[in-house]
Amino acid sequence: MLLTDDERAMRDGEEGAAVAAAMDLLIRYGEALGAERLVDTRNVAGTMTQPSPAKAQLVREGGWAKAYAVINLDSDERLDIPRMKVPTCQLQHGFSDDADGLTGYSTQSIELQGDAESYFSDRGVNILATCTPYQVGNLPVRNEHVAWMESSAVVYANSVLGARTNCEGGASTGAAGLTGKIPYWGLHDPANRLATHVVRADVRVDTFQDWGMFGYFVGERVQEARPAVIGDLGLPDLTDLKHFSAATATSGGVELYHLPGITPEAPTLEAAFGGGAPPDPIVYGPAERRWVYETLNAQGSSTDVDFILLGCPHASLDQIAQIAYRLEGRRLRDGVQLWVMTPRALATMAARNGYTRTIMRAGGHVLTDSCPAMSRAAPPGTRVFATDSAKQAHYLPAILGIEAWFGTLDECLDAAVTGRWSGGLA
Amino acid sequence: MTAPIELRGRGIVPGSVEAEALVTRDPISGFGGIDVATGTIIEPRHELFGVCFTGKVLVFPGAKGSSGWSGFFQSTRLMGTAPAAFVFDVVTTKAVLGAIVTRIPTVVEASPAPLEVIRTGDTVRVDGDAGVVTVLARGSAFIQ
Repeated sequence: MLLTDDERAMRDGEEGAAVAAAMDLLIRYGEALGAERLVDTRNVAGTMTQPSPAKAQLVREGGWAKAYAVINLDSDERLDIPRMKVPTCQLQHGFSDDADGLTGYSTQSIELQGDAESYFSDRGVNILATCTPYQVGNLPVRNEHVAWMESSAVVYANSVLGARTNCEGGASTGAAGLTGKIPYWGLHDPANRLATHVVRADVRVDTFQDWGMFGYFVGERVQEARPAVIGDLGLPDLTDLKHFSAATATSGGVELYHLPGITPEAPTLEAAFGGGAPPDPIVYGPAERRWVYETLNAQGSSTDVDFILLGCPHASLDQIAQIAYRLEGRRLRDGVQLWVMTPRALATMAARNGYTRTIMRAGGHVLTDSCPAMSRAAPPGTRVFATDSAKQAHYLPAILGIEAWFGTLDECLDAAVTGRWSGGLA
Repeated sequence: MTAPIELRGRGIVPGSVEAEALVTRDPISGFGGIDVATGTIIEPRHELFGVCFTGKVLVFPGAKGSSGWSGFFQSTRLMGTAPAAFVFDVVTTKAVLGAIVTRIPTVVEASPAPLEVIRTGDTVRVDGDAGVVTVLARGSAFIQ
């Protein structure tokens, strides 16, 4: 791989052993990908603070420096970790103290994570603690090279914002933060950003639920490819695109889609294909829509619901407001828990606007930093949960061994109040 | 069988190992797809649901799902439940970074197609330096 002078200097240790280890990993990674060079980045979103059994062991052996060396730099050397070279943020991680006592998630893990936050914020890592950094001020500009992980944020950054990133991981972002470099490969190259497939909705896609279901279909059908999505579509807002993006990266591995006329790199369908002729469309009709609904609802048999999970990806302020409005004067059924996951920055605003008070009066919780899937923890005794998120409905049954229902926000909140699932496909 | 079958591709993580193959045509998810403590596939819709990959040569099309892929397989290394080697077709950042941090011999883009040639139970050698996968013996489970 071709290295610039500054990259060679970093590799050779001029900026210290940790930066050299980071550059060594980026070179191994770039060469394995077949990249010809690295590219500068000034926006890194990764993960270093979330506790895991393997990480806890490394911290016991050599503190957070050892955990970062092994997990985020793939190095067994003893390294001092300097301040991040470029702006770097922590994505979602484990539960924080606002969830202490609500789940089987251990206080020990919460404390370990707090310790990690101190260590890494001292090294310049912004603890955004969300899967949606784009909701709390991390908004790369169009064509900016970034190094993000979190599949739902990656597809959002590429598609909606027009930034350029591959789906990075804990080690590549760990190395990028210390060097300001990432392999120039895949979606960093404009030649690899044109659409490959057309998916056409012949049924109306307009509501939050519609967008999540449609995204799940798109991901299932195109897998890692780059779809241009057309048809009978309403104008999506941020929350719709957040849901759609996450769903395409759940059933498949979509990292970039185009919505002609809406997303920045596709003013028209033809432009999405670089002027070439679009291929025949994959059609999303009534049968396909029903297939998605039944697939997401094939993981529930009991209609006795004991847990409602909202905010996957992390809820916007508008979503929290909608939940609060619908819960005014209502009360959760005894034995039913309701959690709304959101970034802490938005939780502050939700509290300020009184939404949190309304949700708590009804018996629910507004929680930050994590989600039941990331922390592998739901309220104790949960057997059947309901959610408005296609992503969470897909993942949580496998992770926690519980049943799932997928529906609209109204259906989820009705279940919260009655303890019964009575959703259905409209 | 007579002569061993050789599949030539690109080695992306060095090292050489001989082990039993575990083959799937389904892409593999890390987060929500595997349990790192037991080295087992846990995605309900996956054809290898419930199957352990520890110590096996995992032959699969590629990675799917969350960007946690590399971190999850790295954890299998740290917890002693990792596969012995990777052989996959579709080069993505998730799978490539995962192979590097799992530190197991890995060959990608091999020809003839690994999913057509290698069967679960075969004994194979993965040479990540030379970029060669060799089928040394057909598994007893294989009946033609």
